[in-house]
Amino acid sequence: MRVIAALSGGVDSAVAAARAVDAGHEVVGVHLALSRAQSATGRSKGCCSVADAQDARRVADVLDIPYYVWDLSEDFARDVVDDFVESYREGLTPNPCLRCNETIKFAAVLDRALALGFEAVCTGHYARIEEGPHGPELHRAIDPVKDQSYVLSVLTPDQIAATLLPLGHSRKPQVREEAAQRGMRVADKPDSHDICFIPDGDTSAWLRERLGEAPGEIVDVATGAVVGQHSGAYAFTIGQRRGLDLREPAPSGGRRYVVDVDHAEARVFVGEEQLLAASTIEAHDPLWCGPAAASGDRVSVQIRAHGDPVGAVLDVQGHRVIAHLDEPARGVAPGQAMAMYDGTRVVGSATIVRR
Amino acid sequence: MTQARAYLDHAASAPMLPEAREAWLAASESVGNPSSLHTSGRLARRLVEESRESVAADLGVRPSEVIFTAGGTEADNLAVKGLAWEQPQRPRILCSTIEHHAVLDPVAWLGETGREIDWLPVDELGRVDPDVVRARLGDDVALCTVMWANNEVGTVQPVAAIAAACGEAGVAFHTDAVQALGQLPVNGALPGLTSLALSGHKIGAPVGVGALIARRDARITPVLHGGGQERDVRSGTLDAPSIAAFAVAVRHAVAAQADHAARMVSLRGELVDGIQRVAPGAILNGDPVDRLPGNVHVSFPGCEGDTLLMLLDAAGVECSTGSACTAGVPEPSHVLEAMGIDPALARGSLRFSLGCTSTEADVDRLLEVLPSAVDRASRAAAPRLRRTR
Repeated sequence: MRVIAALSGGVDSAVAAARAVDAGHEVVGVHLALSRAQSATGRSKGCCSVADAQDARRVADVLDIPYYVWDLSEDFARDVVDDFVESYREGLTPNPCLRCNETIKFAAVLDRALALGFEAVCTGHYARIEEGPHGPELHRAIDPVKDQSYVLSVLTPDQIAATLLPLGHSRKPQVREEAAQRGMRVADKPDSHDICFIPDGDTSAWLRERLGEAPGEIVDVATGAVVGQHSGAYAFTIGQRRGLDLREPAPSGGRRYVVDVDHAEARVFVGEEQLLAASTIEAHDPLWCGPAAASGDRVSVQIRAHGDPVGAVLDVQGHRVIAHLDEPARGVAPGQAMAMYDGTRVVGSATIVRR
Repeated sequence: MTQARAYLDHAASAPMLPEAREAWLAASESVGNPSSLHTSGRLARRLVEESRESVAADLGVRPSEVIFTAGGTEADNLAVKGLAWEQPQRPRILCSTIEHHAVLDPVAWLGETGREIDWLPVDELGRVDPDVVRARLGDDVALCTVMWANNEVGTVQPVAAIAAACGEAGVAFHTDAVQALGQLPVNGALPGLTSLALSGHKIGAPVGVGALIARRDARITPVLHGGGQERDVRSGTLDAPSIAAFAVAVRHAVAAQADHAARMVSLRGELVDGIQRVAPGAILNGDPVDRLPGNVHVSFPGCEGDTLLMLLDAAGVECSTGSACTAGVPEPSHVLEAMGIDPALARGSLRFSLGCTSTEADVDRLLEVLPSAVDRASRAAAPRLRRTR
């Protein structure tokens, strides 16, 4: 196959590309220029990506494959960064990695690759694609620590059919060891954890810069008392405990969490942990990785990138999906994706609107 | 890839001239720092000074007006910063909006240090108007800088008129002649010209050598301080082998310029006619007449330049998107923006630059593979899997 290997400059995509080459595919390496920042001279530069682009180029050298940079910064700014900011403005909690996979890596990039005569895009995500009765299926990685199937749960069958994920059967230490054996200098490069377009990791400050200060009250739902002030409701996610800086202790002395946010009134409500428990989740606009789920289907649902799956029975009504959970889940935040699994197989995902 | 490759990127770097390589290798056999006082040092110094006299003669200047540098970027930095720093009492700097980054960035940086930058606009062909320059000159201007010919779109600038205007106004004038040398007649003694930057590897010398031609009375603050080897303006051990090769390449570039330009114009004509034939939607940029003989700059509507470049590379044709790159990350072209070209169209642009090794076979190869590349690239720009919620 002719394959575009997305090379981020990290160790995972490097080993994935190497395995695609070993498998006999004709591989072309592509680094995606996603973020741009204005430099002091007013020139736009690939901001966090210059060093990564160089690392990616060296990976391509070692593999002896062609290497190019594709500038997708406009798509990324519109579909991922603006979407991220607007979601927070609306009081939602977006997942930008998932959005990037949905709109950039397996959409804009795959579109371009297919039009250029390639048949698939290869990435270093930890998830598996297995042949099933209805075609290729997306499954969890064998390494539960690294499993990234959650952020791929937005892929449709067409996209899955044109995707190579060579790392799904591997564990991270194996991948690093393999990179070292292959003489790749990224073998011991640290994993990236932060949101790639917020290089210093300070998401609250980054959002404050774009959304401005919007001070308001923090209210205890049990007593109705104002227990603190905040500088922007968008900085709070349901289930959050840190950063509340509450003046008054709870009457019970227990820890308090963000249990609700009223964006119109700029009020953040806090309460005890049991208030976070949700026994049903409603999500909209499902994307199915294979055949669509039907009402009554038993699945497990996952509502965060590294959250624990919870058993559930689905109620599917057109663009609405309601999950009736076996046991209550906490930290159900509107805007997050609810990924649905049948065993290890990803059934699909939908965007949480309420609990 | 076993197929013959058509190298159409001479403006990025030209193949080494065999005579220059010979001079380079011959000089590399000898030891000796040109600043040393013993026999080996003297021999190395002699080679440098003979090279200096040769370059001076070719450019119509005196040997003492040739300052060897480690390339065009250094020459531009030395002129821009060095001339501006000498005249702190004159706050303003005039600079065209289409300069190479080797000039643009030092000028912008001077702006950050408190100098007032007066950016000179260009018309839709990428040309600076000498009357605009004349109107903006004054005794508060430390430096005016406009390149001889643009590296991206190929437009030749009216440097003689601009230099003359600067001379009359008593303002220092620097020009980046990196692309012009060998393609156009370059006169280092142009009335009103203060300094001129040259690069070796665009004309068949090795990478890492160049020169600043600077009038004897030009006052320039050094950028590199040290041994003061070059007129106390530029420090660093002189690279005798590269300087010898540079002198050979300059000699060839100047002697062969007229014939070379005539051959390039003819080959360019075939390339341009061919592009218009096989890709009728293509739009040629820059001045159609007054342009670098080897430069063709084209926008392909509905295509991304980086996609086209990749497809052509896979088909054995090497060209450039024309704009600067940071580790391969393409930047929007400030030149096309200054010319008022639509940003989407600008992104779909390619530069083909012909040089001494270019042949009709190279042009034919490009014309053979271009239609399918344009076809595929325009399809690649259309979304299919992309969906909007």
